[in-house]
Amino acid sequence: MLRDSDRIFTNLYGIHDWTLKGARSRGDWDNTKAILDKGRDWIIDEMKNSGLRGRGGAGFPTGVKWSFMPKTEGPRPHYLVINADEGEPGTCKDREMMRFDPHKLIEGALIASFAIGAHAAYIYIRGEFVREAEHLNHAIDEARAAGLIGPNACGSGWDCEVYVHRGAGAYICGEESALIESLEGKKGQPRLKPPFPAGVGLYGCPTTVNNVESIAVAPTILRRGASWFAGLGKPNNTGTKVFCISGHVNTPCNVEEEMGIPLKELIEKHAGGVRGGWDNLLAIIPGGSSVPMLNKQQCEEVTMDFDALRAMRSGLGTAAVIVMDKSTDLVRGIARLSKFYWHESCGQCTPCREGTGWMARMMQRMITGNAELSEIDLLEEISKQIEGHTICALGDAAAWPVQGLIRTFRPELERRILERQAKTRAA
Amino acid sequence: MPKLTIDGREIEVEAGATIIQAADLLGIEIPRFCYHERLAIAGNCRMCLVEVEKMPKPVASCAMPVGEGMVVKTNTPVVRKARQGVMEFLLLNHPLDCPICDQGGECDLQDQAMAYGSDKNRCQEGKRAVPDKDYGPLVQTMMTRCIQCTRCVRFISEIAGTPVLGGLGRGEHLEITRYVGAAVSSELSGNLIDLCPVGALTNKPASYTYRSWELKKTESIDVMDALGASIRVDTRGNEVIRVLPRVNEDVNEEWLSDRSRFAVDGLKRQRLDRPYVRKDGKLVAVTWPEALAAVAAKLKGLNGSQIAAIAGDQADAESLLATKDLLAALGSANLDCRSDGAKLDASVRASYLFNSTAAGIEQADALLIIGSNPRKENPVLNSRIRKRWQKGGFKIARIGHKGDLTYQYEHLGDQASILKDIAEGKHPFFEVLKSAAKPALIIGQGALTRADGAVILGLARKLADAAGLVKDGWNGFNVLHTAAARVGGLDLGFVPGAGGKDTAAIVDGAAKGEVKALVLLGADDIDMKGLGDAFVVYVGTHGDAGAHRADVILPAAAYTEKSATYVNLEGRAQQTRLAVFPPGEAKEDWRIVKALAEALGKSLPYDSLKAIRQRLAQAAPAFAAIGEVTPAAWGAAFGAEGALGDGALVSNIDNFYMTDPISRASKTMAECTAAFGGGCNHKHKKTGTHG
Amino acid sequence: MSDMTYEPESFAFTPEYLEKAKAFVAKYPAGRQQSAVMPLLDLAQRQEGWVSRAAMEVIATMLDMAPIRVEEVATFYTMYNRKPVGKFHVQVCTNLPCMLRGSDDVVAAAKEALGVGFGDMTKDGLFTLSEVECLGACVNAPMMQINDDYYEDLTAETTKAVLEAFKRGETPKPGPQNGRQFSCPAGGPTSLTELKFEGGKA
Repeated sequence: MLRDSDRIFTNLYGIHDWTLKGARSRGDWDNTKAILDKGRDWIIDEMKNSGLRGRGGAGFPTGVKWSFMPKTEGPRPHYLVINADEGEPGTCKDREMMRFDPHKLIEGALIASFAIGAHAAYIYIRGEFVREAEHLNHAIDEARAAGLIGPNACGSGWDCEVYVHRGAGAYICGEESALIESLEGKKGQPRLKPPFPAGVGLYGCPTTVNNVESIAVAPTILRRGASWFAGLGKPNNTGTKVFCISGHVNTPCNVEEEMGIPLKELIEKHAGGVRGGWDNLLAIIPGGSSVPMLNKQQCEEVTMDFDALRAMRSGLGTAAVIVMDKSTDLVRGIARLSKFYWHESCGQCTPCREGTGWMARMMQRMITGNAELSEIDLLEEISKQIEGHTICALGDAAAWPVQGLIRTFRPELERRILERQAKTRAA
Repeated sequence: MPKLTIDGREIEVEAGATIIQAADLLGIEIPRFCYHERLAIAGNCRMCLVEVEKMPKPVASCAMPVGEGMVVKTNTPVVRKARQGVMEFLLLNHPLDCPICDQGGECDLQDQAMAYGSDKNRCQEGKRAVPDKDYGPLVQTMMTRCIQCTRCVRFISEIAGTPVLGGLGRGEHLEITRYVGAAVSSELSGNLIDLCPVGALTNKPASYTYRSWELKKTESIDVMDALGASIRVDTRGNEVIRVLPRVNEDVNEEWLSDRSRFAVDGLKRQRLDRPYVRKDGKLVAVTWPEALAAVAAKLKGLNGSQIAAIAGDQADAESLLATKDLLAALGSANLDCRSDGAKLDASVRASYLFNSTAAGIEQADALLIIGSNPRKENPVLNSRIRKRWQKGGFKIARIGHKGDLTYQYEHLGDQASILKDIAEGKHPFFEVLKSAAKPALIIGQGALTRADGAVILGLARKLADAAGLVKDGWNGFNVLHTAAARVGGLDLGFVPGAGGKDTAAIVDGAAKGEVKALVLLGADDIDMKGLGDAFVVYVGTHGDAGAHRADVILPAAAYTEKSATYVNLEGRAQQTRLAVFPPGEAKEDWRIVKALAEALGKSLPYDSLKAIRQRLAQAAPAFAAIGEVTPAAWGAAFGAEGALGDGALVSNIDNFYMTDPISRASKTMAECTAAFGGGCNHKHKKTGTHG
Repeated sequence: MSDMTYEPESFAFTPEYLEKAKAFVAKYPAGRQQSAVMPLLDLAQRQEGWVSRAAMEVIATMLDMAPIRVEEVATFYTMYNRKPVGKFHVQVCTNLPCMLRGSDDVVAAAKEALGVGFGDMTKDGLFTLSEVECLGACVNAPMMQINDDYYEDLTAETTKAVLEAFKRGETPKPGPQNGRQFSCPAGGPTSLTELKFEGGKA
């Protein structure tokens, strides 16, 4: 188990003072200038060496992403955009970081901005997080008043402003290019790629978009050294990670743990175990609603990291572990996710706009078995007609839970249909 | 220049081009709905998916830039499956009401459904119904048919510059609509119909009156303004059903103004379909010989100076030439094609042309607009100016009214004296023009028809010389005409001969009794009440102002009813084609003039279209090179020196929708006038549906 | 999207809100004022309770946008109410993590306590009840949002208690309603127990 001294988010539960005074007592803003003085290349190399992979779901190495930005600032300014549009069902980690450790994020924003040559960082926070945005704004004001950000931030000679931009209720804005559109004052519809944000991002300028957690861990990594972070977790899956354990566990919680921790251990150590005991487990969605679920057998074996979960045709995603025990109406659960993606489709691409509604309606009928057996195959085919055919990954995210359900629990779908048909015949 | 392979065929294209563009060059067909080469790339319909080697997923070929060594496959099982999937989704909520849809037979969705659609519906859920929207008198909406491709939204924002359409809501509930507080009154709104790949936006005035496959299509030229857009006239029997633009990159790209498209119902109303002679104050229908005899009786015995002719805005070159020849034969020098009194100088061709050419205006990097509203006077040309402005680095200033031209400009004021200041280098905009690589000016008829029009023309010339508007390979001196007939008339010298009278003098002479007989060649915009006792012969198409004043009416053919030559504002001679026959006893204009000459005992030396066109080619070089533009020599000075008046410079067009006998007779144009006013009022115009 | 009778003729920001609006516009680079459309729509909604057409037109003018672009934004994001809502907007999450922890009971309790269904406003104009997608408090499920605050770890009983308190004009303490420390495991932390800081308790 991860030692407390290796935990980055030391105020995860909001027990301590989250303002500048408290943050400083926990080591934040401790000689940030020294880090900046080591220069952009050192920072980016150190981030690369730490092995940190993006914490928003895709797992792209953060240091490598920073290195994609133009080395020198041309006529177009550079921007850092922090994705705090946390909305993936099951996920609630960024919220805690922002309201209880806002200074980690702001310090990280300064360092990352410096590393990519940006003088402005925008934190795009989901609109419903009103109180979290208030904490962030308060912390920004504190940091600015203390000279930590703003002109000549931390005495480094680098000017850097940090701004909070609130969303207004659109899951799709968690997709980086939709987020940029939204930040520009438009509908949050994902952009075509290429071009990628590092070339043409916010206001058509070079832009790096990072998840809150990726940015918030950066100061600690740079302070304690890449090798410290790389020494935690597993090769290619290094460091610590905040996991969100929800659903049918005895004590749902957020907890920071080592990457690669066995899923079973994670649940039993921190979440009080599965409700009714491990044997009462039905399935787990290990990385937020967009990744396929695992059955009990898989849950016993898997470790919580990008590569192990990928090997099981699932994913670490946002590390949001949704536990479902045997009392769960799994079909209803997945139908609820289908409804979610239908509701959140931006409406731009044909397959997602038209297909998510079709899938959601079919899934709704599957709950009661009000369907033909052949419609199970049809459902899977529709999901495949959406998957891989859209501008962004929402289409894929909508397809996978349905595919996962059919792959893992097809007999349950068949049982419901046959039972209903028998009942209809009897009547 | 990257080289790539598509379906085994190699092609080299410009860097930055997309796969679909490369495929189009090879003639490899890739289906598309949202993609349109003149609009920003949306990439949303997903119909154009192709396979690219080394890419894990099918890619949208409309949005993917080509890369060196790329291997693209457009016809694989994966591609077919993907497109079939997209098609199924597109048809999921489409009403499939093709039998009653005006788009039927020319519908992209219908066509592609033949290739990628299934014959059975696998979806048990209900279909979505979307309420129709009110887009005004021109565009019919059937929004349930909409496939959310957003071409209309992009056109109205990008090309038309009147952003009133958008997509509200999201996901399945995304609805394309107009802003409730604004009307869809772009002068280019008809193009939405052409762009819509399905039957969501259709031609409202022509609703339910035709099936596309029963129409005869005739390629022709528009004469409703001076641009001479390439059009296709669709007819059934002897009736014009609709007019559509044709692609002509040099002239109109593929756009058409709403007046040019929708005024065609005016071709069927208030038509002069037989000759009339005024007897005892009333116009009485007569036969052709009677009518011609009546004219001959009146004109015989008059000497040349007592006879005059004025040509109107849609007179074709053949009839202008014949009329000029007739007047010469009668010994008259009293003729003018500038029925609006514009102080245009026929002796220097460059002085009356849009010298930069329509396409060339896109190269300009500074522009001064003088007494013109290009948006009302020529919406299609205006869209070129907007296109150039969108690219940036284009400073525009305007002397005249302050109003929305769909691009930003510096409003310098409305007094002609500002032009003088600029021409004399006393105004800061002089430096803007002078320092530009390709500076241009546009001078409108509103400036040239003033009493001081010749002075303004002279100042424009002075400015052009001083600021370097004319240089090697570039002539930025542009006259924006509003009449299709004008340049042809000037090219033919349809202006007063030695000692002859111009339009004002002819009218004045008629009032004083000096001019005793006046031939109006479709001229309706002169002061009819001021013609005194003059004997007026009206050769024209509609029961408009000229016909009301006439003593003899000789019914002529409209532009859709004849093969006739017009020279557009660039100096490009183009020919209309006969799509339907003239109504009743109406005849081709030049044949009327020839018959009139014969009645007067004069013989004109041509008796066929071919013969008169040979004579045209001899009269002016433009007519020898149909479809082409030859740069005009800058030549000697033109215009005049003198004092300027102090009235405001205004456009000569007040109501965009009604400018000529055809559009004035059009019910559709009357509806537009009622709905939108004179045009240019898209912003916050409260419509009947508001509130 | 036809015009509704409740659309007011005009809208104006109060001086206080106008100042805030200007501060928002100043956060973005010159010429990029359109970025402020979301904060301004939020301000208008905070002032009036919802976003009217008149408000959208004022914002369009302030930001030099076509009104249709503002309306697109106002209808794309679910947090903007395009019609009036109650003084308290009660939004109950029913997404999977909440469903697993009993959001059905919360929904039933809320409907019963307020006497309205999803999408409806109480007759006294005090409450509007809505179903909402995941609000990102999943380890504190089930939960609901009332105006700006989250009420978490709900049961049927605590749901009713919270709503009844609002009815009485009280503002119950937001956060977990079962006494736990935010997202810490109920019963006490399993981590972060060994560290001591100079900083005080929150």
